[in-house]
Amino acid sequence: MSPLLDSIFSSDFGFAVLRVMTPLIFPALGFAITDLAGVVNISLEGMMLMSAFFGVIVGAFTGSLLLALLAGILIGIAMGAALGYFHLKLKTDIILGAIAMNMFASGFTIFLLYVLTGDKGSTSSLKSLVFPEVHIPLLRSIPVLGDILSGHNVLTYAALLSAIVFFFLIFKTPLGLRIRAVGQNPDAARSVGINVDRVQLYALMLSGLFGALGGLYLSMGYVSWFARDMTAGRGWIAIAAATLGGNMPLGTFLAALLFGSVNALAIYIASVNIPSELIQMIPYVATVLALALYAIRVQKRRQKIKEEALEEEYDSGPPDNPPPAAAKQRGGSS
Amino acid sequence: MAAILEVKNIEKIYPDGVIANKDVSVSVEEGTIHAIVGENGAGKSTLMKVIFGITRPQNGTISFQGQEVNFKSPDDAIQQGIGMVHQHLMLASDLTVAENLVLGIEPKRRGIFLDDHEMIRLTREVAQRFSLEVPPDKKIKDLPIGIRQRVEILKALYRKAELLILDEPTAVLTPQETEVLFRTLKQLKANGKTILFISHKLREVKEIADRVTVMRDSQVITTEDAAKLSEEDISHLMVGRDIRTERIPQSETTGEVVLETKGLSFVNEDEIFVLKDVSFSVRAGEILGLAGVEGNGQTELVKLLTGLLQPTDGEIFVRSKAISGLSPRKVREIGLAHIPEDRMENGVADQASVKENLIVDRYYKAPYSRRSRLLWKTITDHTLDLVKRFHILTRNVDTPVNSLSGGNIQKVVVARELSADPDVLIASQPTRGVDVGSEEHIHSLLRQVRDEGKAVFMVSADLDEVLKLSSRILVIYNGEIVAHIPDPSMVSAEDLGPYMLGVKRQEDLGAEIHS
Amino acid sequence: MQKFILRNFTLIRTLIAIALGIVISIFLIYVISETPGFSLKSFLIAPLLSKSRLSNIVENATPILFCGIAIAVAFRAKQFNIGAEGALFISAAVGTAFAVSTSMPIFIHIPLVLLVAAGAGAAWGFIPGFMKAKWGASELVASLMMNYVAYFLGLYLINNFFRDKEAGFLVSYRLPESARLAQFLEGTRMHYGVFLALGAALLIYYLMFHTTLGYEIRMTGHNQGFSRFGGIKIFKIIILVQVIEGALAGMGGMTEIMGIHGRFNWQMSPGYGWEGIIVAIIGREHPILIIFASFFLAYIRVGGQSLNLLADVPFELVTVIQAVIIILITAEAFLGRFKYKLTVNEAKREEAGDESLA
Repeated sequence: MSPLLDSIFSSDFGFAVLRVMTPLIFPALGFAITDLAGVVNISLEGMMLMSAFFGVIVGAFTGSLLLALLAGILIGIAMGAALGYFHLKLKTDIILGAIAMNMFASGFTIFLLYVLTGDKGSTSSLKSLVFPEVHIPLLRSIPVLGDILSGHNVLTYAALLSAIVFFFLIFKTPLGLRIRAVGQNPDAARSVGINVDRVQLYALMLSGLFGALGGLYLSMGYVSWFARDMTAGRGWIAIAAATLGGNMPLGTFLAALLFGSVNALAIYIASVNIPSELIQMIPYVATVLALALYAIRVQKRRQKIKEEALEEEYDSGPPDNPPPAAAKQRGGSS
Repeated sequence: MAAILEVKNIEKIYPDGVIANKDVSVSVEEGTIHAIVGENGAGKSTLMKVIFGITRPQNGTISFQGQEVNFKSPDDAIQQGIGMVHQHLMLASDLTVAENLVLGIEPKRRGIFLDDHEMIRLTREVAQRFSLEVPPDKKIKDLPIGIRQRVEILKALYRKAELLILDEPTAVLTPQETEVLFRTLKQLKANGKTILFISHKLREVKEIADRVTVMRDSQVITTEDAAKLSEEDISHLMVGRDIRTERIPQSETTGEVVLETKGLSFVNEDEIFVLKDVSFSVRAGEILGLAGVEGNGQTELVKLLTGLLQPTDGEIFVRSKAISGLSPRKVREIGLAHIPEDRMENGVADQASVKENLIVDRYYKAPYSRRSRLLWKTITDHTLDLVKRFHILTRNVDTPVNSLSGGNIQKVVVARELSADPDVLIASQPTRGVDVGSEEHIHSLLRQVRDEGKAVFMVSADLDEVLKLSSRILVIYNGEIVAHIPDPSMVSAEDLGPYMLGVKRQEDLGAEIHS
Repeated sequence: MQKFILRNFTLIRTLIAIALGIVISIFLIYVISETPGFSLKSFLIAPLLSKSRLSNIVENATPILFCGIAIAVAFRAKQFNIGAEGALFISAAVGTAFAVSTSMPIFIHIPLVLLVAAGAGAAWGFIPGFMKAKWGASELVASLMMNYVAYFLGLYLINNFFRDKEAGFLVSYRLPESARLAQFLEGTRMHYGVFLALGAALLIYYLMFHTTLGYEIRMTGHNQGFSRFGGIKIFKIIILVQVIEGALAGMGGMTEIMGIHGRFNWQMSPGYGWEGIIVAIIGREHPILIIFASFFLAYIRVGGQSLNLLADVPFELVTVIQAVIIILITAEAFLGRFKYKLTVNEAKREEAGDESLA
């Protein structure tokens, strides 16, 4: 076997995939929930960044992991609420508003980083807290699988769990039902007395919560410091993952798995002769293709419905209705 | 029997000054099916909106179940036991029947979870109680329109509606589905529910209504037992005129056939056959008027004629040249101009200036542009000329169109289309929503176009307008031409009513329409 | 006065948003700086006092201006293609590849390299454009993904085929002199690219407001129903605006390489495409106003750099202000109540005027 295949089939690789996936699953679910609610939130990048930063800072200054977690989550939710306020109240275009939020997050974190630590690169001078790793007693003793699945950061398990939580939230709670209804037909939701703005605000805040967990993992699990722009586009990749996964939990999970594998592969492949850039490109090309295929399918379906209706009508229509062919001839003969 | 709903002296004037309801009083008895009929713009929809709390009247009172009510929103109306089935169904298509049904008042399990089983049980329960079968766990998008409408009715019943308002419920249904709906409504009546039913279709009204209220010109003309009125009576009351409309003398000569259609058919996105085998011709120097209640295929017909839609079947000819399949621009270049029915949707770009709106059909031609360069000087002069000729009231030529009044926006459209000097003019609802002065002006312009020897095809829901201007009249009903009136001076609005409402139809129309 | 405010409401709101942004930055400087007076001077005055900083403004504004007008063309047609960044990156890579592997006289080489770069950008814009026009796929998500594809593809191209192995870091070979845009002022890096950008802005202004194509683009953005009714081919417009966007952004990327770096040396995407969105919004999608917006943005960015360098306030203050300004400008309801009041007052006054005439 080639060294590449060796390393891919090693348990280290599986472990790395899960590690890389974690900061994708959270924001991908965060995006999915807003897309389902009809308020596409493309500011996950900014939400993650803010939470990553405040988690480290609060943790370092208070020494409390719990407070760090709370601070990170609160700031994520606040970002969602702010975007909601701009969009729903001030009527800012949600795309441009989100772009501004991302910009704000990038600038504001570095700004504060400098003000608080005098450093502009990272928080390496601070003693950052880290979420604990969990070794699952029984699982860890299983060969291979145990090496892959056990010993991860607690937030990695939370990420896997969050896909399930997302499923229940969206399909098994009244809020989830309302989110889906509002996204599909706001008039219908309004007609039964649902406050559409409020549901969309909740969706944005939930999205902030998911984004926050992703950000916290980055700075307090994946690594143990905050570095400027450390999200490095994960908030955008997450959007691709959610889109590819059709905003559904399993699909999004699988898409994140794909993106994570490709990413991990790119790291492993560096030693081999395949250019890593091309490998890293795959998820984005896949998303563009998925987008096109999805749009084509929707269009084809509409076409088909129309043709079927035509046939039915002619089949059941009154006898004085000429079949299409005959009508064409008649039209052409004059 | 006691009245469940008592509407008294309702007056509703919209902010733009249009009076939609004038001293309207209706009493609806409990446990009956009560139909409200009237032409477009007679005030039916406004009355329903007032009753359901969507809009609030200036004057008048509403009592429901013996108590005076003052609804601030539809929510209030729903709470009190009024349900409404809108013409555009209010359903989320990716959700299941049960989910749509319980939306907003979901049954819960352990405080936070949706109770799926309870949801389905509740759906079955309410469905059984009223004998309205629906598949609780199917998604709306997988169901035919008739079933979707039934879900909408169940939604209201689930919210304990005692009074159900249905806004033209049969407009989107096939005849078979309509029959099923009527059985449903009768069952609901047997269950003690009251139904308020808006319709244009007199046969349907006769078939199921106990009482009928006829509205005309924002007022209630009469409320009667349905049994006491024949279809002809109702149609007479709906369109009846106190004075015969003044007619405009027709031009003496009509020329050759300019516009002709043969066997036009069209199926829309919702799988509905909106036009069936429509054939007619328009000659130079005449105005062919198309009368009909709105939503009977006129919109699609006009779009087919102007290249904005392509026919499912059939052919269109301008001076014997087939034009179906051509782009809207090619159709215009062949000599067809078009006043669209909805000026804000197609007629203008409302944020663009008056002058930009006046050149959309000609900006690429001399003298408005040369080698892709817009000649603004010429365009401005052209605009000033049109503004003057067509009496468009605007601050200047660079004013965005959305700051003009409705009548003046329509004049912008008319000015552009008439100044294109077309062979054929398609005018759809040419004076809708404009003030009386603009209406007169536009009418005289249409006459002028006719006298210049052009062919005019005019679609209007306003019978007075059709009678006043047309050289000949066609009546459309349910996507088919059902009558041809070669000499409008021989008929009155009352004579057209039965055709428009599907009560009567002429047989053997074929050759005559092309006369 | 009321009438004047109403008529120029959008412009006034934009200016108020900018003013508020600056007020906030002054406030922040006072909060965190130990020498606020000096910091403020470094931020707002210093950029205007030295030749090198003034030239920095011009250098910075050049690619931003290219991207700004590029995005404005697409936004005018209501096509939310945010792929200028990717187009810029891939064009610079492809253009560099072409430039280092050819040699010809300067007056052919420069335009040809620019043309190749623009072509690469155009191709980049075509893909989301076609997907939108043909199948209705979201150009927003597609163009976003294309940014990443461009990034990796560009790096692949340069790192694997045109990498200068003698240089200590990941850069391409040097562009031949015949493909360099000259720097025209001793002691600065100002290059002729800025005139190309200004020329492009004027050209796009002319295109948008004085040609039939510009008319078609604007009407399509206003109301597609109206445009179709008038015979405009929406399909063509939707694709074309995104192709133009890509081509312009591509030129912006290439001029930066040809004028300043002399070789492809980006290992990160430079972000001009995002700055372009900002100036397109501040400049209200109008090419001439975008010129001012680009120079304004470059000015506060250079101010931020000098603030960073000379005083004790980090550069990112500027990013924060940008965000605030964008939010305020795009918030349609911002000052909406004020406008509503004015409108009502004005209407009342006109009515009263009419009555007094009668």
